[in-house]
Amino acid sequence: MGQAYSAGLTVTKSIILKKERILPLKGKVLVKKGDKVKAEDVVAETLLPGKVVPFNLANKLGVTPGQLVNYIKIKPGQQITKHTILAENKGLFGLGIFKNEVRSPLEGEVENISAVTGQVLLREPRIPVQVKAFIDGIVTNVIEDEGVVIENKSAYIQGIFGIGDETVGELKLLATSPEAELDPHKIDESCRDKVIVGGSFVSHAAIEAARQHGVKAIITGGIDDQDIKKLLGYDIGVAITGHEKIGLTIVVTEGFGKITMAKKTFELLRQFNGRKSSVHGRTQIRAGVIRPEIIIPQEFDETELVVKEASLPVLEPGTMIRIIREPNFGRIARVTRLPEELTKVESETLVRILEAEFEDGTRFSIPRANVEVIES
Amino acid sequence: MQYDEKRLTRIVATDCGSTTTKAILIEWMDGEYRQTIRGEAPTTVEAPLNDVTKGVINATQELEELARLKYQNPNIKFMEDGEFVIPRRGDVGVDAYVSTSSAGGGLQMMVTGVVASMTGESAERTALGAGAIVMDLIASNDKRMNHEKIERIRQLRPDMILMAGGEDGGTVKHVVEMAELVSGADPKPRLGSGYKLPVIYAGNKQAQDDIKNTLQEKVDLIITDNIRPKLETENLGPARDKIHDLFMEHVMKQAPGYNKLMEWTQGPDHENVPIMPTPAAVGNIMQAIAKDENIEVVGVDIGGATTDIFSVFTEEFVFNRTVSANLGMSYSISNVLASSGLENIMRWVPFDINESTLRNMIKNKMIRPTTIPSLLEELVLEQAIAKEALRLAFEQHKEFASGLKGMQRQRDISEAFSQSTSGATIVNLMTLNLLVGSGGVLSHAPRRHQTVMMLIDSFLPEGYTRLAVDSIFMMPHLGVLSDISTKAATEVFRKDCMIYLGSCLAPVGKGKLGKPALYAKLQLPDGSTWEQDIPFGEVRLIPCGVGEVAKAHLKTHGGLILDKDKNRELNIDLHGGQVGIVLDTRGRQPFTLPADKALRIEMLKKWMREFKVYPDSILA
Repeated sequence: MGQAYSAGLTVTKSIILKKERILPLKGKVLVKKGDKVKAEDVVAETLLPGKVVPFNLANKLGVTPGQLVNYIKIKPGQQITKHTILAENKGLFGLGIFKNEVRSPLEGEVENISAVTGQVLLREPRIPVQVKAFIDGIVTNVIEDEGVVIENKSAYIQGIFGIGDETVGELKLLATSPEAELDPHKIDESCRDKVIVGGSFVSHAAIEAARQHGVKAIITGGIDDQDIKKLLGYDIGVAITGHEKIGLTIVVTEGFGKITMAKKTFELLRQFNGRKSSVHGRTQIRAGVIRPEIIIPQEFDETELVVKEASLPVLEPGTMIRIIREPNFGRIARVTRLPEELTKVESETLVRILEAEFEDGTRFSIPRANVEVIES
Repeated sequence: MQYDEKRLTRIVATDCGSTTTKAILIEWMDGEYRQTIRGEAPTTVEAPLNDVTKGVINATQELEELARLKYQNPNIKFMEDGEFVIPRRGDVGVDAYVSTSSAGGGLQMMVTGVVASMTGESAERTALGAGAIVMDLIASNDKRMNHEKIERIRQLRPDMILMAGGEDGGTVKHVVEMAELVSGADPKPRLGSGYKLPVIYAGNKQAQDDIKNTLQEKVDLIITDNIRPKLETENLGPARDKIHDLFMEHVMKQAPGYNKLMEWTQGPDHENVPIMPTPAAVGNIMQAIAKDENIEVVGVDIGGATTDIFSVFTEEFVFNRTVSANLGMSYSISNVLASSGLENIMRWVPFDINESTLRNMIKNKMIRPTTIPSLLEELVLEQAIAKEALRLAFEQHKEFASGLKGMQRQRDISEAFSQSTSGATIVNLMTLNLLVGSGGVLSHAPRRHQTVMMLIDSFLPEGYTRLAVDSIFMMPHLGVLSDISTKAATEVFRKDCMIYLGSCLAPVGKGKLGKPALYAKLQLPDGSTWEQDIPFGEVRLIPCGVGEVAKAHLKTHGGLILDKDKNRELNIDLHGGQVGIVLDTRGRQPFTLPADKALRIEMLKKWMREFKVYPDSILA
């Protein structure tokens, strides 16, 4: 007997959440410590530097880079409009006959002028960027010029994989059970701006129906890889997602294929049916793992805002586990024993295993790497 | 500085990988260096620990515990108060501690050149040889518009940039133009915002002043010798050394805990032994072995996210390394499918499987990368995917490992009719002596026979080639150890690191299925004789143990050739190993699999039975 650490996804009715909302570059924070914010509120904004456009001025003017200095009308740092004259020559015999002038192709600023290449770099106007709160909560910390920390108490579900960025909407349960597939016919105008919840599977037809009716997000147990390929127009090679622009966000809670949604996840979503939720599909399966999230804010008192220290879930006799690879992918079981010695499995691989039993009492063994702890 | 066995009796070496820190103990015992104990612990560069040395301490503690058990000596310890004791005092301490690192994503670089296939490629070769991942090569002629290049440079957040371009006395304008693009993009380093991005300039000497004027205010500019002073000469050493210096000074210092780790890595006289990027260390050891044994070597390390291939070819021991950043067996497994296509994976599978099931299985492995195949069918599928990942990575390597492009070549009359051009690959499978595999799917395959099959099917060695596997992936440790003791590194490499699997003899050329291809008569070490006329399209596995040699007489039929001299009859020593000697008459150049699915599955099953790779149940 013994215990071991194992990875797992968090699914909980109540957690104290802490979210950093940071600008990509330094800028202005619009809220202060102690402010109550809504998910849709803008908390910080900044101006990103505009695009740099190289422009070969010497070529356009028909002079060598070294000669350019004699004709130039601008200097680095200067603001320009679309028709500002950048350089002009004096024309034939210096009399202005056949005078050639080159005007700016854009509005912005002069970044650099080169006498070696004859090239000028022009920078387009700055681009405003805003960061929203994303979750209802309280600003507990302001990082000067950079952003804020927002905390709240929420029901919280981590997905395994997702696509699409942050969105906010009301939960609407459409599936009748965690085993049921999401029926496209149930998706109608009543689903507009909602986060709809399916069971074990969402088909391509259901996703299309959701897009048509302006659904904000879909939560599902499983999805078919080929449907994602159809949706995106390409095959996902590496699991770094969240930037897709497909009109909605999808959060998969179990994996690829038809897989019953974990009972606990489904029950939690049923319990909070009709409540506001913040959802994103961002996934990064590399060092610094990011998983999609479903956050359902709850009423809370500020004194409750104490974030629990992160700990690795422990595997020990009695722990509830979910199987995350064939055979029995998706089934739930209870650990009965953790043998120390290496054991040969069907593929002849020597691995550390655990012994467990299903709800119906059937006993089995499985590599420890192929289970996930269900946190209680 | 090199030390002998009097000064180096006990060494701890670690490799701090992205997920695991692996520690090994190397000791001088009974007149030789041996790797005696191995320990590992999770790497601790991320929250909540944020200190790489914690993982090193944990892995070293495991070494200490195992050493006490092994030698029945409770007094053995390597660290005191959380630091290594150097030099060793009896049971306490070690004579040296060395380390490599790829934690936190390793060293990520962007390179620039004027002509992509000339100075651009030289810059890429320099960065790869220094152990970096090249995020992008930006060149004057790469067909992207200048504003696109600026956008790209801005998006990438490399650890450093290497700029090349122009032979000495050549173009200044193009090189400065590239510097202007870099300056316009104003790139920021990946880790930490408290320092300027290091940019190494190793291009045309005459452009150095203009480069300084363009860049020195925005970046931390370092100028070094031109990596391509003339079209026909590469001089990668100085730039490569600068990359290593900067890796230590800038990149490593930004990673949590590395300041301390950099102080820990010391030789017996307390002199510092720099931490090396893991792939650079592997490259070191491969080159040392090639030179030491005067052989041509290809090594592969297939990981979860990336596949690295190293090769040493030609009489000058030209070293090349490539990283296929998105070919791997877990994080990147889905990209193997996207790059190779489903048909190419399915051609190695000896049973029928629904496309949707296979695609979903691959994606599920991608999102849960630490799971392992417990079903035999899934193992077969993963090994089929591994063959494609290795094949694709090797194709990239062959393309990259070439002679210098853009050179004038004098041709003699015999070459006038051949298709050879400058810049042709220097990878010659016919002259390759040794193929070494490492990485989970190869090192930890349940049967070594599977490793042999994967190596042969993906690399398609020609003529006679020995096959080996890195037992527990200790090449990085040995690579950095060779900095203070080449003797210790090479001895341990031969005795403990390399597991000889056997050898492969594959005649080159076409043939007709079932027609005689190779007559082989082998005098085996036990005195028995093995003799057969093997038809085309088959494989034979003849057991012959580690350190044993079979004397072979070989004769081909139908124009197949056996070696670089195009011999069709040969007397040769064939080396054994844990698996044995493989005679492969499936043909090379081309190697083809039957297009008809039923026939292909029948052939695969036949070969797999002969290779003894899987239990009969799945090949029935």
